[in-house]
Amino acid sequence: MTHQEVKPGEVLLAVNDISLSFGAVRAISDVSFDIKKGEVRAIIGPNGAGKTSMLNCINGFYHPQQGTITYKGQTRSQMKPFEAAAQGIGRTFQNVALFRGMSTLDNIMTGRNLKMKSSLLSSMIWWGAAQKEELQHRRFVEDIIDFLEIEAIRKTPVGRLPYGLQKRVELGRALAAEPELLLLDEPMAGMNLEEKEDMCRFILDVNDEFGTTICLIEHDMGVVMDISDRVMVLDYGGKIGDGVPEEVRANQNVIDAYLGGGH
Amino acid sequence: MTNKDLDTFPKLIRRNATERPDVPAYREKEYGIWQTYTWKDVYDNSRALGLGMVDLGLQRGDAVAIIGSNRPQLYWVFSASQAVGALPVPLYQDGVAEEIQYVLNHAEVKFVVVEDQEQVDKVLSIIDECPSIRTVIYKETRGMRHYKQPILKSYDEVQELGRVYDAKHPDFYDAEAEKAVGSDLATLMYTSGTTGRPKGVMLSFNNMVDAGRLSVEFENLTEKDKVLSYLPMAWVGDHLFSYSQASQAGFSVNCPENAETVLTDLREIGPTYYFAPPAIFENMLTQMMIRIEDASPIKQKMFHYFIGVAKRCGVQIMEGKPVSLWDRFLYKLGDFLVFGPLKNTLGFSQIRVAYTAGAPMGPEVFKFYRSLGINLKQLYGQTESCAYVCIQNDTDVRPDTVGPPAPGCEIMIDDATGEVLFKSPGAFVGYYKNEEATKETKADSGWVHTGDAGIMTDDGQLKIIDRAKDVGKLVDGTLFAPQYIENKLKFFPFISEAVCHGDGKDTVTAFINIDMEAVGNWAERRGIAYGSYQDLASRDEVYAQIKECVEQVNRDLAIDSELVGAQISRFLVLPKALDADDGELTRTRKVRRRIIAERYAPLIEALFSDANMAKIESEMTFEDGRKGILKADVKIADSETYPAMRAAS
Repeated sequence: MTHQEVKPGEVLLAVNDISLSFGAVRAISDVSFDIKKGEVRAIIGPNGAGKTSMLNCINGFYHPQQGTITYKGQTRSQMKPFEAAAQGIGRTFQNVALFRGMSTLDNIMTGRNLKMKSSLLSSMIWWGAAQKEELQHRRFVEDIIDFLEIEAIRKTPVGRLPYGLQKRVELGRALAAEPELLLLDEPMAGMNLEEKEDMCRFILDVNDEFGTTICLIEHDMGVVMDISDRVMVLDYGGKIGDGVPEEVRANQNVIDAYLGGGH
Repeated sequence: MTNKDLDTFPKLIRRNATERPDVPAYREKEYGIWQTYTWKDVYDNSRALGLGMVDLGLQRGDAVAIIGSNRPQLYWVFSASQAVGALPVPLYQDGVAEEIQYVLNHAEVKFVVVEDQEQVDKVLSIIDECPSIRTVIYKETRGMRHYKQPILKSYDEVQELGRVYDAKHPDFYDAEAEKAVGSDLATLMYTSGTTGRPKGVMLSFNNMVDAGRLSVEFENLTEKDKVLSYLPMAWVGDHLFSYSQASQAGFSVNCPENAETVLTDLREIGPTYYFAPPAIFENMLTQMMIRIEDASPIKQKMFHYFIGVAKRCGVQIMEGKPVSLWDRFLYKLGDFLVFGPLKNTLGFSQIRVAYTAGAPMGPEVFKFYRSLGINLKQLYGQTESCAYVCIQNDTDVRPDTVGPPAPGCEIMIDDATGEVLFKSPGAFVGYYKNEEATKETKADSGWVHTGDAGIMTDDGQLKIIDRAKDVGKLVDGTLFAPQYIENKLKFFPFISEAVCHGDGKDTVTAFINIDMEAVGNWAERRGIAYGSYQDLASRDEVYAQIKECVEQVNRDLAIDSELVGAQISRFLVLPKALDADDGELTRTRKVRRRIIAERYAPLIEALFSDANMAKIESEMTFEDGRKGILKADVKIADSETYPAMRAAS
C-alpha cells in the first residue's frame, strides 16, 4: 500500500457516503465529509447521534456496510485498528483506557510501541541497540511529558490520578505514536472549567506545534466553536450540518436538534 | 574586609571558573534528568549572554529585568548584566501584569529576560505602557514560533550574537567586568511590601558579597554543599543563598523541574543546606499529618509514640545536652523506624543546616523539625539587609528568638517605640528614586529601621514580636500582637491562614482560612459532602473543628499573664482563601491587614457585634485574570475563653 503525501489544506481523509448498521439499528446513514490536513475538525451532535461510531469507522474498528473511506489518497474497504495506527491514525477514548497500574511514563511509552524495532530477544538481553533505542524513545516521551506539563506525575500510577489528568496522559500516549491524524473522543467530558481550558490549549498546541490534524468529538458546544476550524453535526446517524463554526451556529437544523425543536 | 580582587560577582564567578572549573554550579532537571552546568559553563554562558546583550545595545547603567522561575539560565542573567555594567532587577514571576508594569517603568528597564511564552505574553500586554523596553529575551522557545515582534529574541540567539561579538572583541568582557568596584550597585530588588507600592531596594556589591561571605564563613559552607533553589528569584533570601553564597563557596544550586515537582526533586537532590519560609515547613507538616492519618493503625501508633519520644528528648540530643540512656536508646530506635524514613521521604536526610526566614514560625512546628534531628534555625533579615542580621548558633537555638546579631551586625532597640534597628554590612544603599522613604528608614548614623517590634533578651538574643505598626492594645491595655496569635492558630493543620483583630477593641476576634487539603481530606473520611471551598468552609462540622483549635490557642494564651486578655472570643471562617492575586497577601504570603480590613469591613463589624451571621460581597480574581464577585453569608461562632492559668509544668 502506498500513500500519497498530503500538503496542508488538502484533504487528508475523505468519508464517502458511509452507512453503518447493527442489526436493525442504523447508527450512521449516508454520511460524507472530509478532514483537511492541519485543521481541527469537530463532530458534534446529541447523545446517540453516531459520533463515536463514526470515529470507530475511521480507525477501522467498525466496518461500514456501505461507502468508502479514503485516507491519504488510498481508498480502503476493510482495515484493522492496528493497521490504522500504523498508517498514522491515533486516538483517545471516551472512557479513559489506560493501564491503571502502570506509571504515566510507562503508559506513554506504550504509545511508542509501533516505532520500536528491537526484537523481543534483544529487548530481553537489553544491550546495545535495544538500550539505545529505548533511550531515544524515552527522550521523545519526555518531550511529550514536558509538552503536557505532567512532570509531577511522571512516576505516579495512572489509576491514582484524577480524571482530568488521566485524560491528559491518554492524549500523551496517542501523541507518542506521532499520529498524522488524531481522533479524540470527548477529550473534555467530565472535566471542570479549568481542566477544559487546559485541554483546549493542549489540543491547539498539538495542532500548532506538531502539525497534527485533529478530529474531535465533543458535547460542549462553546468549546467546539472556540477551537475548531470546521464542525460537522450529526443527528440520528445523519449529517444535518457542516461548515465553519459561524455557519453551524446559525444552522436551523442544528439549533432544532440541540434545543429539541425538531423532535 | 572584602578582597579587592573579588568584590563583585562576575569576579567571583571568574575565579570559580578558574579554580574549580569542573565543580557543579547549577543543575536543572529537564526531560526527567538532572543537567549539570559547571562553574566554567556558568562563566562561558554569562559571557556569551552579556556580550549578546551589549551587541543588541545594552549599555552600562541600563536595567535588565528577570522574570521567571528558578532556572540556571536566569541566574546567569545576573552575572552577565553585572559584568557589562548593567543592573539586574528580578521580578516575581507570578505578579500580575499591572504589578510588573509598575516595576518595569519605575526601574526604567531596557532589557527583559523571561522564562517562557507566558511571561512573554504578560510583557507584551503592557509593552505600550513601558516605553523604555528595547528587547525581550525568552529562554523557552516553545509556543514562540508565531511571534514575529522584532523586539523578541531567543536566549540562544542572543548568546550566539554574543559569541560572534566575543570573537571580534575578545578582551571586552573581562575588561568591563574589572571596571566594577564593590561600592557599585549590584542589584535592585523590589520589596513586595505589605503597604503601598513596592519599593526598589538598591543593594551594592559590598552589601551582597559581604553578606554572602560572612554567612558562608559562619556556617562553614563549602563547594560540597547543595541547595535546592525553588523560592522566587526576586526574594532577597534566594538571591543570598542561590547566587551570593553559591558564588562565594562554590556550592551547587539545583533548580527543580517545575513548581509541582519540588518535593520529588528535593528528595532526589537531598540538599545539605535548605531554606524555606515557615509556610512551607508548616505545609509539609500538614501533609505529613494527613498521610499519617491514612496509614494503617500500627504505623499510626508507632509514629505517634516515637514522635512523643522525639518531643521529649530529640532537641536535647541534637544540642548535646544530657539525656537518659533509655531515652537515647528509644530515640535511636525511633530514628531507625520512623525519623530516618520520614526524613528520607522529605528529602532531609543529608541536611546540615536548614533555615527558616521571612516570617516568624510557630514554636511547635519549629520544635517538631528540630526534634527529628534536623538542624533548623531561624534567620532574621529583610531585603534592606540582604537577609542577614541575626543567625542562630548551632548550640543555642530557641524557638522564640531569632538569635544573636550575626558577625558584623549590630542591633539596637529603640527605647521609645520598641522598634528593632540594625547596622550591618548588608545594609542597603537606599530606595531607588525615593529619597523620602530612604531617609525614613536609614538614618544618617547608619542605623536602619526594620519596622519590627522586638526585645533583646538579657543574654543578647533578639526576639521579634510583630510588625511594629501592627502591635496594638485592647481597651483594657492588654498587648495585642496579632501575628503572635495567628501563628499559634496556623500551627493547626486545618488552619492555613488567620487574621486577628482587636486593636482598640475590648476583645480579640479572628478570620480563619481553612486548609482545603487537610479539611477536605478530613471531611471525605467522615462522609461529609461538600461542593466547593465556600461550601466546605461554612459547614457546621468544620466550624466545630476550628472552634476546638481556637479554644486550644486560648488555653495557651491563658498561661501567659501578659496575653491572657488577648484570647479570641469570636471567629468566622472566610468563604474564600486569602490570595496574593486579590492583593490580600504579599507575594511572600504575608497578610496585608489594611486591605483585608477594608474589603471585609462588614465581617469585622459583625465580629464585634452580637450578630451570628454576616453578609459579604467581595471581588476575587480567577487564575486566568478574570474577576468575579463572591457573595456569601458567613456564620460567626463564639469561642470559650479561659481565666489566667499557671503553666502546667
